[in-house]
Amino acid sequence: MPNEAPAIKAENLTRRFGKFIAVDHVSFEVRRGEVFGFLGANGAGKTTAIRMLCGLLHPSGGEAWVSGLSINQDSRKIRQRIGYMSQKFSLYDDLLVEENLDFFAGAYNLSVADANKRRDEILKRFSLEEVRRRLTKSLPLGWKQRLALGSAMLHQPEVLFLDEPTGGVDPIMRRNFWETIHGLAAQGTTIFVTTHYMDEAEYCHRISIMNYGKIIAMGEPSKLKAEFGLPTIQDVFVHLIKGA
Amino acid sequence: MTSQMADVIIRASALSKTYSVKEGRARKQVQALRSFDLEVKTGEMFGLIGPDGAGKTTFMRILCGLLLPDSGQVAVLGFDPVTQQHKIKQDIGYMPQRFSLYQDLTVEENLNFFTDIFQVPRQERSARTQRLLEFSRLGPFSKRRAGALSGGMKQKLALSCTLIHTPKLLILDEPTTGVDPVSRGEFWDILGELQQQGVTILVSTPYMDEAARCDRVALTYAGQILALGTPDQIAGQFPHQLVRIFTRQPYDVAAALRQLEILHSVELYGDHVTVALDDPVTVVEIIRKNLDKRGYSYTSIDSGQADLEDTFVYLMRQLSQATQPELGNDLDSHAK
Repeated sequence: MPNEAPAIKAENLTRRFGKFIAVDHVSFEVRRGEVFGFLGANGAGKTTAIRMLCGLLHPSGGEAWVSGLSINQDSRKIRQRIGYMSQKFSLYDDLLVEENLDFFAGAYNLSVADANKRRDEILKRFSLEEVRRRLTKSLPLGWKQRLALGSAMLHQPEVLFLDEPTGGVDPIMRRNFWETIHGLAAQGTTIFVTTHYMDEAEYCHRISIMNYGKIIAMGEPSKLKAEFGLPTIQDVFVHLIKGA
Repeated sequence: MTSQMADVIIRASALSKTYSVKEGRARKQVQALRSFDLEVKTGEMFGLIGPDGAGKTTFMRILCGLLLPDSGQVAVLGFDPVTQQHKIKQDIGYMPQRFSLYQDLTVEENLNFFTDIFQVPRQERSARTQRLLEFSRLGPFSKRRAGALSGGMKQKLALSCTLIHTPKLLILDEPTTGVDPVSRGEFWDILGELQQQGVTILVSTPYMDEAARCDRVALTYAGQILALGTPDQIAGQFPHQLVRIFTRQPYDVAAALRQLEILHSVELYGDHVTVALDDPVTVVEIIRKNLDKRGYSYTSIDSGQADLEDTFVYLMRQLSQATQPELGNDLDSHAK
């Protein structure tokens, strides 16, 4: 256990856009099966960092490994090993629920047999069986969210990146979603998640808070609250960002 | 009678609206609003909360005259929003969930564009644009393209565009979704200033801390109003005793407690689990024994006051267990 390689490791990860430094020498490690909350103000560089970790954007400097693969050298392989879901679900509205799953199974190069098996598992796991023949666009947001998560889990990724997965979702749906996320983590999936709901940060094993491209705080939610003597992560967040 | 009339800026009674939704080859009727009654007083900050598909967006679109109800009456500033639209158009500002800013125009150009749309008199334009830039703290970014703004700044610009014709009534559909807590706080400070200037605000939000800042809140579900009142009044409707269990194993503790039939509800809140129960003295002892037996640790078990979110979640759970929430009642896909 002590020697197990981290699921994600970043070392001085940096990305510049012209003169602007979106991500500025960011370093952290995420353990396998950990739920890691990647918090920050709007425009702090979270999405840029996630895009680099997913192998979608080259860093200007530094290095990171996801599932042991270098983002500089193995970005293509990384994309087969990770799942990604954002608040702008990339679902096809005009396809049926099960057709969306079939489409993503194809995109992940699953064999037909595997694709069918995984599709049925996902429909069951995410309580989508009763809507499998429905047009995706006719689903309420909470159901679409489950379908988007299911689509990102088809190829059984080791690391799941969630970029504001619960934006605009009501408190009950958010709770159900987090219980699902925790279930995935308990089975060994590593979860890397951004959110603007600070109560959700309390669900994470550890969090980091980013501002202007830098990580300005990192640790377990309870320890951060104790460190700053504040009752909630929302208070810690406001204190750190406003004080910056 | 007249003073009462002047006091009410939005009056809706028995509003109903049904959409026809395609399901496979068949079509299905979905009721977005069912006999929906609501009054908003002039000068109020009124919050609409409720799960997706509760009917919030449909209600707002009806108020703006963008949708016709199937039945029922609605008056906004004393007028019918459809047939008398011209009388109230200048007095309503509506910010939909996805407000269309022109991404390639600068902050200032976006504002100028809306002065054209709303036919702000030429001599007033520059002063009004300047005032809004100052008010929204967007002055330093006036030459930045809207597409290059952060999420929080985009929402402030959208709000400024909505305010360009100085409306008396603001209707805001989840204006801070996807916005970080610091920017949300700033956005709500701006709303507070507007209210002090006499603007009435009807706002929907998924954030309970925002709902708590409203004068009154309506909790909506499946096209109906479930609870209505000040945030404290709604929190006071929690029908049981509430106990919070702080633990480092909240998921395990919640799973264990869900097997205890004496509890009315068990909810996860990140670092703690909230439990609804009666007779706390006896029941807390049972909880302790149960957790000790399973070897789950906890730092404290405290009885507490239910807040708005506790009550919201409790009432919603009761309902969604009693009635399966209607599938397909999603406004983003149907109300367009």
